[in-house]
Amino acid sequence: MSENNSKAEEIVEEKAEEEEQEKKKEEKVIPYLEDVPFFGLQKLIVLKNKGIDPELIDEYIAKDGYQAAAKALLEMTPEEIIAEMKTSGLRGRGGAGFPTGLKWEFANKSEGDIKYVLCNADEGDPGAFMDRSVLEADPHAILEGMIIAAKAVGAHQGYIYCRAEYPLAIKRLNIAISQATEYGLLGNDIFGSGFDFHLEIYQGAGAFVCGEETALMHSIEGKRGMPRPRPPFPAHQGLWKKPTVLNNVETYANVPQIIFNGGKWYAGIGTETSKGTKVFALTGTVKNIGLVEVPMGTSLRTIIFDIGGGVPKKKKFKAVQLGGPSGGCVSEEFIDTPVDYESIAKVGAIMGSGGMIVMDNQTCMVDMARFFMDFVQDESCGKCTPCREGTRHMLQILEKITRGEGEPGDIDTLEELSEVIKDAALCGLGQTGPNPVLSTLQYFRDEYEAHIFEKRCPAKRCPALLEFEVDEEKCIKCGICFKRCPTEAITWEKKQPAKIDKDKCIKCMTCITNCPSDAIF
Amino acid sequence: MSSENIIVIDGKEYAFSPGETILEVAEKNGIDIPTLCYLKGASPTGSCRICVVEVEGARALVASCAAPAGANMVVRTESPRVLKARRLNLELLLASGQHNCLAQDMDVDSWTDFQLSAMGVKEHEDLCPAYGNCKLQDLAIRYQVKTNRFQPPDTRYPIENVNPFIVRDFSRCILCGRCVQACNEIQVNNAISFGYRGAESKIVARGDLALKDSDCVFCGECVQACPVGALISKQDLLAGPKHDETMMVRTTCAYCGVGCQLYLHVRDNKVFKVTGVEDAGPNFGSLCVKGRFGYDFINDPERLTTPLIRENGNLREASWDEALDLVSERFGRIKEDSGPDSIGVLCSARITNEDNYLAQKFTRAAIGTNNIDHCARL
Repeated sequence: MSENNSKAEEIVEEKAEEEEQEKKKEEKVIPYLEDVPFFGLQKLIVLKNKGIDPELIDEYIAKDGYQAAAKALLEMTPEEIIAEMKTSGLRGRGGAGFPTGLKWEFANKSEGDIKYVLCNADEGDPGAFMDRSVLEADPHAILEGMIIAAKAVGAHQGYIYCRAEYPLAIKRLNIAISQATEYGLLGNDIFGSGFDFHLEIYQGAGAFVCGEETALMHSIEGKRGMPRPRPPFPAHQGLWKKPTVLNNVETYANVPQIIFNGGKWYAGIGTETSKGTKVFALTGTVKNIGLVEVPMGTSLRTIIFDIGGGVPKKKKFKAVQLGGPSGGCVSEEFIDTPVDYESIAKVGAIMGSGGMIVMDNQTCMVDMARFFMDFVQDESCGKCTPCREGTRHMLQILEKITRGEGEPGDIDTLEELSEVIKDAALCGLGQTGPNPVLSTLQYFRDEYEAHIFEKRCPAKRCPALLEFEVDEEKCIKCGICFKRCPTEAITWEKKQPAKIDKDKCIKCMTCITNCPSDAIF
Repeated sequence: MSSENIIVIDGKEYAFSPGETILEVAEKNGIDIPTLCYLKGASPTGSCRICVVEVEGARALVASCAAPAGANMVVRTESPRVLKARRLNLELLLASGQHNCLAQDMDVDSWTDFQLSAMGVKEHEDLCPAYGNCKLQDLAIRYQVKTNRFQPPDTRYPIENVNPFIVRDFSRCILCGRCVQACNEIQVNNAISFGYRGAESKIVARGDLALKDSDCVFCGECVQACPVGALISKQDLLAGPKHDETMMVRTTCAYCGVGCQLYLHVRDNKVFKVTGVEDAGPNFGSLCVKGRFGYDFINDPERLTTPLIRENGNLREASWDEALDLVSERFGRIKEDSGPDSIGVLCSARITNEDNYLAQKFTRAAIGTNNIDHCARL
């Protein structure tokens, strides 16, 4: 009794403390931007133009816009542009990290009078919105990057493959293209250089797999968006079987500044193998949610705790998910890992396109894996056996486990399926699909085991494994659950522990999520 | 051939020509890499992942049907890693629908028990019509794959049985895409394609209509390409199970002058199915709707088996000699009475070029007129 009372008092005290801090804050002097860790620790290259009016080309030009394109078109040979890109060390920001300069060189050397330059703006990872922001806030940077790429490989036609779910991005890209065309920055004889480049937008119809390069090209060709085996690689046979360069939005956004400031400048930022900066979409249970651009090599801890402000009060950091459905999670143990392609891969995740989801101790890792597997299963194109059939069974097993029907041997089957899907699937979607399961098995195997053998969900997120009973010892008799319960299944009177009527309970989790003393199990 | 074009498969060196796939090099040299979705004559799709092999230096397994052979490539076709993937793939395919031929991990000695158990698998009371002639079954037996680990999904799409030629059983479709390749790349009819997505994928004809309402011309190329029991000739199905002796007779199609090579599948001296001969021209396995499905006249009681002569308004059976003598005598009389130009000859596309040549020779030399024409001009 007395213990519970003191807990209630504690909560009241905490509230008072918070209020006091708020007051103190009000009295504080407004700090300089760079003194705020959220801003001070970031380095903006891709996001440098945030804040300009994206619908006015003049604002982009005032920020040195199209200077790099002018330099590339008037002063540089394709070989010089490629050399500059290689010096910069820029690697593909879509996630795979293939050196951009090398990719351009392949396409440049590939024989053919017609070549294409494509931009992959089919951003689809759950919780990722880096490309969207760039497309909406700085569309000209992408146009400029594509003009430079076109000159480097000898292409005169480009397409931006943008998902239809980004209507604002499409609108602004259209404005940008028409303004650039009006200014003579797109079309025939750009800057009087004799170089022609035309650009069109192609809207994707909502298939995640169309972010895979061969599927994307099929889609532009008007075919069903399904990947095909490689080789031939797009640099040799891409769109309409012509040599093609495909880069991600963020990759193109880096290009103008590399050409403007020089590859050496860019190579001076980042680590030995990963140069420049990376934009992350920081989200989940973290105080500061938003886009974060940091130099490669910055530690996850800096991003999550210094820039992101850490996990909100009373919750504990558990893991961070990188790379969406193709990625994995990193547990607290490896929170000091620097973000570069190799280090992230070493700890079982991937750099990915930049999704970074912070999870607290209320996240069930089995449920998280189930979520991503559901996504992969849903987005599988259905072409190859391992991805179409294998992910279906993986999802079934995960659903079974979260329903409390897990059996011994399920983990082995999951591992066997994962291994073969990774090894034998046709495209990147399937080959990376099992990653969320494998990485949670690597770090949180005990949670799987708790679900299967003890029929218990340690994070209390799987309703089937919860009793929905009140631990009278832990209950502080605050009545919050009583007030929040949507079905009036909870009875409570002042100074009495709450009681849950299981017949009325719909297992909506509202009481568990809101209980301040973790008393419902 | 340059000495650089050497590939190592299962420890032995083989020469290859640039552009050849790993599978082609292996096939040429008698190395058996199993395939399922690979369809000769069409571009490889690499979708079933049965033909995967291990290539040294490659991150993942490689589909040998699609991957070009490379200089100094080191390939293993049956390594433990390959076998593991191949077997699990087969297991997944067996669990992708109603593939009850292996009776889901049945282990019985008695044929009757086996059949009864196979029939017990839900929704399918009959043994699969492709039993014994199924690539998936062959591979499952070759790699000793049985499955009871994974449950087949509920049947999503009903059987389509509304045209006289082809029965489509989607619950047995493994989505290998051979039918799509056969339709689009070999016959170039573009009648079928993949529809929907992921586990809900289905082979659809024109926005998911029945074949009879689509662009399908019922050439049956897809039926011949189907490695399992998803596409079955209806007449074959109606002929019932074929556990007793059947025979394949190779012959030339009599419908037109192309000379397509086909196999008559015969039981009790009756044809129950026709397939094209895949390794011989001119058709290399392809047939048209007539050649493939138009064989029920063979045993039809109405079929003419002797010449008939009309006498007093009634037809009577006659011998060839008698009939031909009558025809020649009558032609002679017409020619004498009305002149050769009163006779005309019309030839049929069902006969060969040689026969057509003879017909015009007969018309011009024997009858003495230029009135010769051919149905192809009509």
